[in-house]
Amino acid sequence: MQPIFEVRNLKRAFGGLAVTNDVSLSMAPGDRVALIGPNGAGKTTFVNLVTGNLRPDSGEVRIAGEPVTGVDAIGRVRRGLVRSFQVTRLFADMTPAEHVALAVLQRDGRAGRLFGNFLGMPDVMVEVQELLGKLGLKELMHRKVSEIAYGQQRLLELAVALALKPKVLLLDEPAAGVPQSDTGRIEQALADLPADLAVLMIEHDMDLVFRFAKRVIVLAAGAIIFDGSPSDVTKDPRVREAYLGSYANASHAA
Amino acid sequence: MTMTTTNDMIAASPARRRFGGGDLIGLAIILLVAVIGYFLFPNNLALLTRIIAAALLVLSLDLVTGYCGVATLGHAALFGAGAYAAGIASAHYGINDPLAMLAFGIVAGAVAGLVCGVVILRAHGLPQLVLSIALIHLFHEFANKASSWTGGSDGLSGIAPTALLGLYEFDLWGRTAYVFGVVLLAIVFLLLRLIVRSPFGMLCRGIKEDPVRIRSMGASPKIALTKMYVISGAVAGVGGALNAISTQVVGLDSLSFNMSAESLVMLVLGGTGSLFGALTGTVVFMFFEDVVSAANPFHWLTMVGALLIAVVLFAPKGLYGTAAALVARRREAK
Ligand SMILES: Nc1ncnc2c1ncn2[C@@H]1O[C@H](COP(=O)(O)OP(=O)(O)OP(=O)(O)O)[C@@H](O)[C@H]1O
Ligand SMILES: [Mg+2]
Repeated sequence: MQPIFEVRNLKRAFGGLAVTNDVSLSMAPGDRVALIGPNGAGKTTFVNLVTGNLRPDSGEVRIAGEPVTGVDAIGRVRRGLVRSFQVTRLFADMTPAEHVALAVLQRDGRAGRLFGNFLGMPDVMVEVQELLGKLGLKELMHRKVSEIAYGQQRLLELAVALALKPKVLLLDEPAAGVPQSDTGRIEQALADLPADLAVLMIEHDMDLVFRFAKRVIVLAAGAIIFDGSPSDVTKDPRVREAYLGSYANASHAA
Repeated sequence: MTMTTTNDMIAASPARRRFGGGDLIGLAIILLVAVIGYFLFPNNLALLTRIIAAALLVLSLDLVTGYCGVATLGHAALFGAGAYAAGIASAHYGINDPLAMLAFGIVAGAVAGLVCGVVILRAHGLPQLVLSIALIHLFHEFANKASSWTGGSDGLSGIAPTALLGLYEFDLWGRTAYVFGVVLLAIVFLLLRLIVRSPFGMLCRGIKEDPVRIRSMGASPKIALTKMYVISGAVAGVGGALNAISTQVVGLDSLSFNMSAESLVMLVLGGTGSLFGALTGTVVFMFFEDVVSAANPFHWLTMVGALLIAVVLFAPKGLYGTAAALVARRREAK
């Protein structure tokens, strides 16, 4: 099958420090990949580079076979490459319903409309209620984001990404900051995604990783040191070494 | 699960309330204030019409500054473009129908909005502010130099609007101009209410808070803001045209840094990011200026300054913004 998402020889250095060091990977529709690695390994930087939020020093990114190196962040989203943020980026004065509605309207090319209000658009409201209901945010849908708990903001961050109906979804630690009792909602929402969507999830919670991913990629010091099945990852000596060096606790969890 | 249904109802109710009702109340308040003004100051309708024109400028500024977070001290360029276009249409081309002059003002304002938007939106923060100041000076200087068109520093005269709709002459007392202004303000207000609650209005609020997030949703902040600048220009153009039609002169001051700065002061005084805030700020500022300068021509600027400092220190959301926040807190406490 033709890859939906490809990265070739991606490099980026910050002041001499190679934060992304010759990273290549490829994903097919339907892939469920976990990207793990110690703190500071360069996971978020990788997402910033491929989405066009950061400029790489060299390397190529392709979406559905089309090179998008010269395409800006907006164009990549429109081609189906959508991300969520590790540190929640939401609009404090807006409500969860407005967030999701804005994403839905934008996806459908209706965000520039000068008249009407999404509350009066039944098709938009159905989607808003369904998505927020799935993530347990329906009761809060008309509160301001600044008034809801951080864990719920994390769920909303995920909802915005899902509402854009991506072809490739990059999730940067979606469960971090979400109370244990609510992580099931994230898993359920991910399980309900279309089968042909390619998902790459950065995650530190290894239980979640093992339940979600059919493939695990380990990034350490900007380079991929492992790309294989979840069952092999904990046995790999280089992975153990990388985690023991700076990150002994995570290997306990694993 | 019964819990969920009651919560749904609670959650849905504020949204319902936000929908629609405010428009009619707002319209009623505008008309009521207009009628009161008419009977309180029957000999000073010209002042009231000037306040309406200024209110249109401040509403226009609120669109880009209050709703979109653009920093500008050059917004009178849009107003002045509308005023000169309406005035030149009449004085040089004999287009004296007030509605046609208004159309010229709207188009010129929108074009000036496009030009200013394209330039100002290239920068952010302080550089953006500097660009806006440079622009207003350029516009001003251009109008000054093109004196065969604009009358330069003498002002543009020879503006002679015919009767409105062929029925209502622009009389010496300024009654027609005032009613015309009130109607224009009401129409603009209702249109802007629609726009700020529309998907586009929501997009702009998002851009104000976090343009990077908006880009990650696939929307272009620059295109949206440019569009808002054009809308804003059209609104300022209405104000400019109204000014040209009602005073029958256009001076360089309508295209000045001073007027730009004053409109920002009025907006902050009333409260940014709300149409009522813009209206409140304009009315309070213009009245205060008029009353105080008549009572004490030597120290009125000092007193305007004192008022501003008091508002910024004690009511940082502006007069309307602070009052609205107080009412909301009251309501929540119940
Ligand atoms: N804009 C930047 N300028 C300079 N250094 C940066 C920048 N962004 C990231 N870095 C550095 O790059 C390295 C990788 O950071 P990154 O955020 O990608 O790590 P991460 O794997 O996402 O870590 P975490 O698990 O803590 O989220 C860190 O050492 C960080 O300090
Ligand atoms: Mg990270």
